[in-house]
Amino acid sequence: MSTVNEVTDEASRKRFRRAKSDLGALERKNGRYGWIFISPWLIGFFLFYLLPMAASAFFSMLDFQLSVPDEATFIGADNWRRALFNDPNVWRSWVVTLRFAVINLPLGLAVAFGFALLLNSEYLRGKNLFRTLFYAPSVVPFIAATLIFSQVLNSQSGWVNRIIALFGVDAVGIDGIRWFDNPTLIPITFTFIGIWGVGNAILINLAGLQGVPTSLYESAAIDGAGWWRRMWNITIPMVSPVIFYNLVLGLVGLLQYFLQPFVLNGTTGYPEGATNFYMIYFYKQAFQFAQMGYGATLAWILFFVALVFTIVTFGTARYWVYYSGDST
Amino acid sequence: MKPMVTRRESTAFDEAAARLKRRRLLRQWVVTMVALALASVWLMPLLYAGVTSLKTRTQAADSPILPTEIAVFEYEGREYEVYEVPVDGGIESWALVNKGRESSEFVDPNDPEAGLILWEGRWRTLEPARSISFAWGNYPEAWEKINFPRLLGWTVFYATITLIGAVSSSALVAYGFARFKFRGRGVLFMVLMATIILPPAVTQVPSYAFFSWIGWTGTWLPLIVPQFFANAYNVFLLRQYFLTIPNEMEQAAAVDGAGPLKTFVAVILPQAIPAMTAVSLFHFFFAWNDFFGPLIYLVSNRDLQPISVGLTLFNGVYDTEPQLIMAASFITLVIPLVIFFFAQRIFIQGIVITGVDK
Repeated sequence: MSTVNEVTDEASRKRFRRAKSDLGALERKNGRYGWIFISPWLIGFFLFYLLPMAASAFFSMLDFQLSVPDEATFIGADNWRRALFNDPNVWRSWVVTLRFAVINLPLGLAVAFGFALLLNSEYLRGKNLFRTLFYAPSVVPFIAATLIFSQVLNSQSGWVNRIIALFGVDAVGIDGIRWFDNPTLIPITFTFIGIWGVGNAILINLAGLQGVPTSLYESAAIDGAGWWRRMWNITIPMVSPVIFYNLVLGLVGLLQYFLQPFVLNGTTGYPEGATNFYMIYFYKQAFQFAQMGYGATLAWILFFVALVFTIVTFGTARYWVYYSGDST
Repeated sequence: MKPMVTRRESTAFDEAAARLKRRRLLRQWVVTMVALALASVWLMPLLYAGVTSLKTRTQAADSPILPTEIAVFEYEGREYEVYEVPVDGGIESWALVNKGRESSEFVDPNDPEAGLILWEGRWRTLEPARSISFAWGNYPEAWEKINFPRLLGWTVFYATITLIGAVSSSALVAYGFARFKFRGRGVLFMVLMATIILPPAVTQVPSYAFFSWIGWTGTWLPLIVPQFFANAYNVFLLRQYFLTIPNEMEQAAAVDGAGPLKTFVAVILPQAIPAMTAVSLFHFFFAWNDFFGPLIYLVSNRDLQPISVGLTLFNGVYDTEPQLIMAASFITLVIPLVIFFFAQRIFIQGIVITGVDK
């Protein structure tokens, strides 16, 4: 936790210094207008965050069926005991979710970084065109992208298997590569869909690469450093804040992975529970079965898992994320 | 310098320069080719979707790569299939009229007046001539079956109304954080930023129970109303932009007697049009994609569903007709894609600001 505070303290101090120099006597007099301007968010935060969070904590101690609200009863920690110790589906869905994250996250980060390197290469002609082309799939609505991949990876008529078959692999047909029916392949299949939308990460990486001062490369060239050395000792440390940002947002997003498996398999978990992600299970309990109490408990577990992962990630930042003096 | 160089040195220098230039050109060629190859793989699914959406149902199920049909030619009131016939001058596309075991009679579609041509050989060994034919009818069929006007209408309605609410409220809040000094500002801003990593699930269950209690489930209200209270992404981006606007303009407005709200509307907002446009675009894409909320609140009310939910249900019903699903997907992606191409620069800048400054 301490590192999180250090980072935020540093940021807010900087913000404060900048704010102090910006603010004239006029604004100081009008300080109360600040409250008026931010009031929409304050009200919204209270109504749609604080209040529901408190209610959610309370719900997690109830046996509360939405269809019979009058019969809601207080059951203490029973929901928590059930979710943590007695419901094997909770653990199974976490295994599915984390296994997917472990495959998807590094691949996604690497692909985004690789594309950004390519787009930043001094030898690439037509940079703007390629940037547009690599970004374009990211504006395809998720639902359309998911449906397109469900066809292009179809074991019989999809082009991916046909292309693989060109290399002599028996990929097409019933005995071929069945991307959506083989539980072992499921994390890889969904990773394909996810990686198609890394456009934002590419652009942010690219901006990070463009921000590396050329003087660093020049002095490295004088010292005779080769491509790999420059990559490891200059490029990666200099863009590590960007990679860190993508890592945190990617991680929090993947813990809540829902749309793609839901669109393709609903809450069935097909094949063999391999698409039973945690959010799918949460949706099933909270909104299909309308179990408000147990649903709220599952939501809080998600919150704590996300919190622990975020804190741990922030904790590792000091070992590998490099903040140069003048970066914001 | 130049006159000092002797002729021999100068040619050596030129050669070295030419070598460097050649090496540079070679590298450019290699890198650009790699990018081109990657881009074709990257965009292949889009091409696949486009091609599949133009196939007939049988073609989509097992399928040649392209939507092809065996070509036919009408001769004297009847249709005959066209085959690739090897003749002395190469291969001709002829229509098979009279099938025989060892020899058959063909007609040349380019010159039917010439009458029947006798060809020696087994017609069964011939390849039928295929011609590309696009099943454009899939689009109107998908359009009607899915009831696209209704789905698109709701999505556009949702995107527009929440765009107005989210962008205007976020602009107010961002201005408050950017320009006014008040106690607790730093802490409040951190709290606002922290909501980005808060899983929405934590607030969804009681919100759902509450909205169902006041009878809002099955309507758009629970999805629209909360959007009018600003959100962290928009506030962050707009605040970054407001910070770059010089203070003098507001001071001048204040000297003229304008209050803060009037200053904001008349002086700041016109300056912030690029940032406002970027935020509006992001919001539009968010609304187009929004899924979980519309799913839980509108699953029971088919008449109000947006495209994201409607298409999911359609996929469940028509999973044996991939060509219709691809046509539907294409209709869905066309509007966002076109908007992106026209507003690229603003869009890309906005992403970079949110990503790099944070």
